[in-house]
Amino acid sequence: MEKEIAVGPESVKEKKVIIDIKGLYKSFGENHVLNGFNMKLYEGENLVVMGKSGSGKSVMIKCLVGLMEPDKGYVSVMEHDISTLDQESLDVLRADIGFLFQGSALYDSMTVRENLEFPMRRHRKKLGDIEDTTPFVMEALESVGLEHTMELMPAELSGGMKRRVALARAIILRPKIIFYDEPTSGLDPITSKEIIELMRSIQKKYGTSSLIITHDVDCARVISERIILLVDGVNYAEGSYHELIKSKDAKVQAFFKK
Amino acid sequence: MGHIPKAALQMRKFFIEIGELSYFAGRFFKVGIRPPFEFKEFLRQCYNMGNRSLVLVLVTGFIIGLVLTLQSRPTLIEFGAVSWMPNMVGISIVRELGPVITALVCAGRIASGIGAELGSMRVTEQIDAMEVSGTNPFKYLVVTRIMATTLMLPLLVILGDAVALYGSALVENFKGNVSFQLYFNTVFDALSYGDLIPATIKSFFFGFAIGLVGCYKGYYSKKGTAGVGTAANTAVVFTSMLLFVIDFVAVFISDIFYEL
Repeated sequence: MEKEIAVGPESVKEKKVIIDIKGLYKSFGENHVLNGFNMKLYEGENLVVMGKSGSGKSVMIKCLVGLMEPDKGYVSVMEHDISTLDQESLDVLRADIGFLFQGSALYDSMTVRENLEFPMRRHRKKLGDIEDTTPFVMEALESVGLEHTMELMPAELSGGMKRRVALARAIILRPKIIFYDEPTSGLDPITSKEIIELMRSIQKKYGTSSLIITHDVDCARVISERIILLVDGVNYAEGSYHELIKSKDAKVQAFFKK
Repeated sequence: MGHIPKAALQMRKFFIEIGELSYFAGRFFKVGIRPPFEFKEFLRQCYNMGNRSLVLVLVTGFIIGLVLTLQSRPTLIEFGAVSWMPNMVGISIVRELGPVITALVCAGRIASGIGAELGSMRVTEQIDAMEVSGTNPFKYLVVTRIMATTLMLPLLVILGDAVALYGSALVENFKGNVSFQLYFNTVFDALSYGDLIPATIKSFFFGFAIGLVGCYKGYYSKKGTAGVGTAANTAVVFTSMLLFVIDFVAVFISDIFYEL
């Protein structure tokens, strides 16, 4: 079966590469999750990686932020080879990366304000050695329309609100890249649309590049400039949404079939 | 024949776990001594753990004091040795019963709590989120909790001992017309530094074990809600076993010093 080779908008190709993955391998015992995955994310681009559950999407994104160590392969984020960075340098690099976790991952024992202030404990210098964090917290919460929730506990928020607070936490340090791990999973269609709209508006406001891991076709359609299909641990197909839906390949069609 | 491989596998699993726990303890010392120190979180944990266990420790201690005195009284009367009651109760509570029972109560309360809390943080990716935000989760979550239990347990033991002795004095006051002053004077006369110091040192180790096992089980909790329950459950079982091992070693060592 012939693979569809990378295409995507020409404008994107001319931009600077900020994430470069070459030949990424990761196994858990006999379970070979990634088998030579390759990917490039360009500056300002919204790239969607789609794949079935268990196809290695989340593993790949965790290798990118150093939460998992790949077995083999080259992973570069903003021209830094992740495998060569010490903990200190990795932490500095992470200040430029926002991460929206699948289940929001808000700290249960902290208020919304404390959740948003948490990344600033370590990276206060990045925001200019600020004394008062309140304006930053307020701005991030305003960006997601939840400024009234500052003193609430995560348990008092709905699933959609939690996801929006998690998004506010992801942008509080003004990152250059945001990773979204299944941003709409577990949400109803209306809330999913709201989250997708928020992702778009945040990208417009802060000029971030986005890597979105999802199996939600609607999310991919609305937000993507380029899509990579991850099948059996490798890039199976790549292109814009409109290019991929025209594909005759059965596996590609299976992703987009309603 | 089929039992042998299964038993061998379980033994292997047990020793692997001991090895991993030792490595975890080593990591605590390596990470814990390096700045930045999470002092605010440490104080919060001290408050939480002390507050969470205080009532339980006080009630348990008081009842132990009452029961021990009530149970021992008839036998001591029979031997005409009831006047030795404060000495006997004082020494047994301070040396052994106070630290061990307080530690067991705290193992049930604190170790399971830590195991469940860290386990659920692992499952819901909160620990990953912490790491991505540039905070060392081991330092923030594990070091602070182990230090808090190590410091708080001896304090709880002292309070538990005091209340147990008060319970015992109450029985003696009712049943034997022994005044509180006489009772406590006799107890303090009977106790020496040789009783207090090993018991206090032992309590620090008990506290360390409770924090260590609770954190270890929670931090490496398997995925899923079942993993959280298992982490909490095994934290209590493993801690209780470890407490008795530490107690045996502590008594063995202090016995050597007594003989010297």
